[in-house]
Amino acid sequence: MTSFILNGAPIEVDVDPDTPLLYVLRNELGLMGARFGCGLGLCGACFVHVDGVSVPSCDTPMWSVEGKTVVTIEGLSRHRLQEQFVIGQAAQCGYCVTGIIMTAAALLDRDPHPSVAAVTGALDRHLCRCGAQQRMIRAVVKAGEADG
Amino acid sequence: MADLPRDLAADPTLSRWIQVRDDGTIGVRVGKVELGQGIATALAQIAADELGVDIAAIRMLPAGPDGPDEGFTAGSMSIMDSGAAVRVAAANVRTRFTAAAGHPAFSYADLAAAVDLDVPADPDVPLREPGPLVGSDVPRLDLPDKVFGRPRYIQDMRLPDQLFGRVIRPPSPGARLLSVSAAPDGVSVVRDGSFLGVVGADEASVVRAAEVVRASTTWTEHDSLPDENDLDKFLRAGPHEDVTVADDGDDPPRDDLHLRATYSRPFIAHASIAPSCGVAVWTAPDRVDVWSHSQGVYPLGRAIATALGLDASAVRVQHAESAGCYGHNAADDAAFDAVLLARTVPGRPVQVLWSRQDELCWAPFGSAMTADVAATLDSAGRLSSWTCDVYSQGHTARPGYAGAPGLLAATTLATPAVYPAAVDPPEAAGYGSMRNALPGYDLPRRRVTGHRLLESPIRSSAIRSLGAYLNVFAIESFMDEAALAVGRDPLAFRLDHLSDPRGRRVLAAAASAAGWGGPLPDGAGRGIGYARYKGRGAYCAVVADVLAETGISVRRLTIAVDVGRAVNPDGVRNQIEGGAVQSASWTLTERVRFDRRRVTSDTWETYPILRFSQTPQVEVTILDSGTEASVGAGEAAQGPTAAAIGNAVAAAVGVRVRDLPLTTEAVMAAIERAG
Repeated sequence: MTSFILNGAPIEVDVDPDTPLLYVLRNELGLMGARFGCGLGLCGACFVHVDGVSVPSCDTPMWSVEGKTVVTIEGLSRHRLQEQFVIGQAAQCGYCVTGIIMTAAALLDRDPHPSVAAVTGALDRHLCRCGAQQRMIRAVVKAGEADG
Repeated sequence: MADLPRDLAADPTLSRWIQVRDDGTIGVRVGKVELGQGIATALAQIAADELGVDIAAIRMLPAGPDGPDEGFTAGSMSIMDSGAAVRVAAANVRTRFTAAAGHPAFSYADLAAAVDLDVPADPDVPLREPGPLVGSDVPRLDLPDKVFGRPRYIQDMRLPDQLFGRVIRPPSPGARLLSVSAAPDGVSVVRDGSFLGVVGADEASVVRAAEVVRASTTWTEHDSLPDENDLDKFLRAGPHEDVTVADDGDDPPRDDLHLRATYSRPFIAHASIAPSCGVAVWTAPDRVDVWSHSQGVYPLGRAIATALGLDASAVRVQHAESAGCYGHNAADDAAFDAVLLARTVPGRPVQVLWSRQDELCWAPFGSAMTADVAATLDSAGRLSSWTCDVYSQGHTARPGYAGAPGLLAATTLATPAVYPAAVDPPEAAGYGSMRNALPGYDLPRRRVTGHRLLESPIRSSAIRSLGAYLNVFAIESFMDEAALAVGRDPLAFRLDHLSDPRGRRVLAAAASAAGWGGPLPDGAGRGIGYARYKGRGAYCAVVADVLAETGISVRRLTIAVDVGRAVNPDGVRNQIEGGAVQSASWTLTERVRFDRRRVTSDTWETYPILRFSQTPQVEVTILDSGTEASVGAGEAAQGPTAAAIGNAVAAAVGVRVRDLPLTTEAVMAAIERAG
């Protein structure tokens, strides 16, 4: 049994403690916003927050989130980032975008008004195959500006 | 009497395309599919304008058995094919509702039950002037779901009683399974010849079990792959099918200045961010329902039926979205995997998801290519002849092409299918190896010939722009080399040889926006590239600004494009930006790696693509050509971007690298060779 806080509410799940968090989110808890891309933590499509840090859920075993706070894209509740991504049409296929928004949200928590360079650096662990990177960087910078 | 648009003529019943409901929503079902390129939104704009309704009333329905068969979503043809069909179908629907109401101010909802749409389209229906939606930046209909993480992709499908499947692919091409000993709890092991899979109820357990089963296998393997470091020799060795694209007959003038050069690209992976996925359920012993992110759900259904000896109507394939595919990737293969695994559990849906490693190693690749270009220049500095020979594998092995199902797993069954090597689309579809091999310039004495390899151990198929990526790189690199040989500015040299006014306009616009001819800092280089996609599609010119310091980096791409009437200008901009960045990634870093036995570029570390910090700024100018027909934008930037980067690198370092990718190591080696 693993106990943790998920999107603000305490939760217990009874799975093999070695099971990656991603499978539990998608199959046990019905949260499809974190997406499988590589299974090795190399592409960023599955990123979620664990205690405020953006991490690959495909590579995060359940035992490691015991007692921790997990936030997924479903827990962001219409984040200003998401609004900026829609306004800027900052995605094409969109598969990578939830992981990117999670990392950007963690960045905004640390650095509410990030520069282009700070955003670029923060997102460098993420891959986008459609080539929407510059739109995404602009959307994150704008979300920082929108925060006043 | 006018002709119906081709796809509407093939399936003229209006209700197959458009369904009006009494809640006022209007369902539109085309045979082209959303791949992240925004086609569903653009087609919704066209339908809404012609119906005279708000975009919010339109529901784009997935392609499938209840809608029109429009073949493949490929070749940047969707706006032309589906757009024309939807427009005429929608005009028919509006006309019938107007007639039923007796006046033009009717409500679709009120008349939905009264108007019969099970009738053929009338080709002579009056069409409206495009607008107000066509030509405006309508936001993508599908993007909110994707940005907010709502289930939308095929990978998110969870049907009642659904099981999960994984396939254990062979360790190398041509390997045959000798034995498998593991039988992990909680899954069933499926074997048919060398096709091996596991099926179970818990996805994480299935993934683990697949690795346990893999570890218990023994295989026979052999070295079958060519020398990765001498693909030029492999591509030239043959046997080939030769295709003459142009032959004006005359030999090059003997006394003119002769130039020649050879350009090449390696094999390239589609490398979608989402591994391929398929879902299938056998509803009867001889009937199967399939969900797939295939680019052609109808051809896929026929291919599955052929491979299994079923009646074509017994395989019903419906489209479900996935990540971008950029061509024929493993989507169709994953669907067939699901069909094979689901056959062992009748009545229960099975979802198969490929691994990242299999996606990078087992999906078809874009073919390696080599192009020899030779030309002569007269004493006035004009090109007096042009010869080009292109060596390549074929660029399509899509299901049904060349009469073969083309499904990977079928080649590993106990009775293995044997497929011909990839073929090329015909001239009418814009060629494959020879796509854009004929320059759009005004040239005398042209001789352009293709040599398609008839046998290969490496599976190749369509990747965005097919042969155009290398052919435009070769032509446009050579134009710079020719300009240099006669001391002419590369832009001016192109304009000297280009009478097409729309081509001249995109070149001038890109050059002007980029500040062509202006001063550059040390280590910087600027280059230009141009093409009209397929010789009849979108015009695109790209100026690249690169910096050669400790490594090669592309700082900025300045692009001008003419797609005729832009249905959704921001959608066009997004496609051009994305195409350019992806082309920059191919051009700077990408290369499928293999030894003589197996593909070795199997992760994002061994098959790196461009990262955020490496992506250039991209500025796109759309040249509105008024009433010119709309053409696709998705593939127009691939070739010109590669050429612009190549020319910019040559300008920056003074040495030309003709073999892609233009890695820092390749550029350094070329500088050293030049001494």
